[in-house]
Amino acid sequence: MSTRTLISPAQLAKPRAKALYRATFALVVGGFSLVFLGPLYWMVSSGFKDTQEVVRTPPTLVPGSFAPENYTRAWEVMDLSTLLFNTLYYAFGALAFQLVLDVAAAYSLSKLRPVFGKAILGGMLVTLMIPATVLVVPQYLTVLDVPVVERNLLNTPWAIWLPAVTNAFSIFLLKRFFDSIPKELLDAAAMDGASPLRILRSIVLPISRPILGVVSIFAVVGVWKDFLWPMLTLPDPSKQTLNVGIYSLSTGVPVNVLIAALTIASVPTLLIFLVFQRNIMSGLTAGGLKG
Amino acid sequence: MSAPSLTPSKAGTPRHSPPRAAGSAPPAGRFAKNLKRNLTAHGFLIGAVVCFAVFSWYPMVREVLLAFQKTESGQTTWVGLENLATVLDDPAFWQAWRNTLLFTVLALILGFAVPFVVAVVINEFHHGQGYLRLLVYLPVMLPPVASVLLFKYLYDPGYGLLNELLRFLHLPEQQWLQDPDLSMLSVVIASTWMNMGGAALIYLAALQGIPGELYEAAELDGAGLFRKIWHVTIPQTRLILSLMLLMQIIATMQVFVEPFLLTGGAGPEGSTTTVVYLIYQYAFNFNNYGAAAALGLLLLVLLAGFSAVYVKLSRAEDE
Repeated sequence: MSTRTLISPAQLAKPRAKALYRATFALVVGGFSLVFLGPLYWMVSSGFKDTQEVVRTPPTLVPGSFAPENYTRAWEVMDLSTLLFNTLYYAFGALAFQLVLDVAAAYSLSKLRPVFGKAILGGMLVTLMIPATVLVVPQYLTVLDVPVVERNLLNTPWAIWLPAVTNAFSIFLLKRFFDSIPKELLDAAAMDGASPLRILRSIVLPISRPILGVVSIFAVVGVWKDFLWPMLTLPDPSKQTLNVGIYSLSTGVPVNVLIAALTIASVPTLLIFLVFQRNIMSGLTAGGLKG
Repeated sequence: MSAPSLTPSKAGTPRHSPPRAAGSAPPAGRFAKNLKRNLTAHGFLIGAVVCFAVFSWYPMVREVLLAFQKTESGQTTWVGLENLATVLDDPAFWQAWRNTLLFTVLALILGFAVPFVVAVVINEFHHGQGYLRLLVYLPVMLPPVASVLLFKYLYDPGYGLLNELLRFLHLPEQQWLQDPDLSMLSVVIASTWMNMGGAALIYLAALQGIPGELYEAAELDGAGLFRKIWHVTIPQTRLILSLMLLMQIIATMQVFVEPFLLTGGAGPEGSTTTVVYLIYQYAFNFNNYGAAAALGLLLLVLLAGFSAVYVKLSRAEDE
């Protein structure tokens, strides 16, 4: 442990302090496990209970029955494969649009610096100050009838993909990262006759892998977790996301099947989290909140 | 998304035009070069700008217009403050603000203070920090529908785990979501469980940035544990604490998903009707976009104040 914290090492060395430390540690680790893993255990285990046991009062801590068929029933009855596919399709499509358009925009604003660039960046950052829920109504009306092209995007993936591009926070993070790339590096490449696109592809992007990782994860998780917007713009049951689909079927299925469905819906994000833990946690503090 | 800082970093290339070739290039050539550079740059920008124009900037303008317009059988007319009057006359209006405020206050007590204490405690541990960090952040990653419906199951008065816990402790059972006096607190508890991980991790990062010498100096002055917290920990993290406080006020004033899924939105006797739920109702249940926009504008004006302070503070931090 390199950094000094609130309690000094000398203080901790005393036997009484040591005992207190151990007790607090055990209490916190135990308490946290109970509070944060407890509900998850309850979800997974209740998904295995049969129809009578899951609604029994008092509830059983350890399932007395074993009904793994809840999971297969949830999968079939709620058509989870379609919902899962839809969600993946929207999430990765949104990711692709965000990566291409937002990276290009951030690169332009940071390195190519066109006229009005500053005003455009300002216009983008202003959107961060508008409460997102307030804009939902006019945005929904826009999706119903997109100006100029006069298209209705309801029930199409575009209703998710295109608004996902308007993520000013991603652009801000990317631009700030690009700003830190030394100008000399890019100038040298330009001298050798590399075009801006070539410079972006062969110099900027390889250096920017960490920030691209952060932005990508938040793009995917953002779509995965969103509820109100996909509920409004994708009302067709065959087009719905996991969140919305499970919600709209939640009252029509037995409790144990519903809980099994919740477990299944949680697995992908938990996997993403366990695999990309480090990126996600570093991304959290990347938003200008330096320690 | 957590903790956006709203100001662009000052670091970066100086704001000068790109280096020109030494000597005097002919003005026409320079102009052509400049034009080409700008065209390329705007070419890179155009995709994002179009998306912003259609899905952010235009809706922002439209929000304001809608608030003062009315559309009846395809005819849009200006109605001035009529929408606002409709909203103010609605008996649900004040109740929704009271509920939203109650949610915000409860959510700040639970969701602002608790993560800070949690972070201070975790920061003292010499092992297991990774595990604890993982635990608090786990719920943040779950799809909200999964967490909320899970809580609905836990809150069930009969077969729910929480009442079983109360029975075990010989405490009276509660009608968590059915009791109008308790429903909002139940919503806040679920919401805090789902969301506190982000704040706790940001505080933890801030705490780890406090120079150890400050604690040593405080000890030399004879400061005890609480005085060290009061005179070192809190002043050293004050800026992040204020930023997080503002962020959470802005986020919690917009609460929608948790009450919508837990109590169907309105809740027993309207006890969980929030401002955003009311906006939702106007727009999507009553097709009254004007009233929805007018109420949205009120919320926007209120939250813009908090946003402005946030921007000012995060600018101060950048310097």
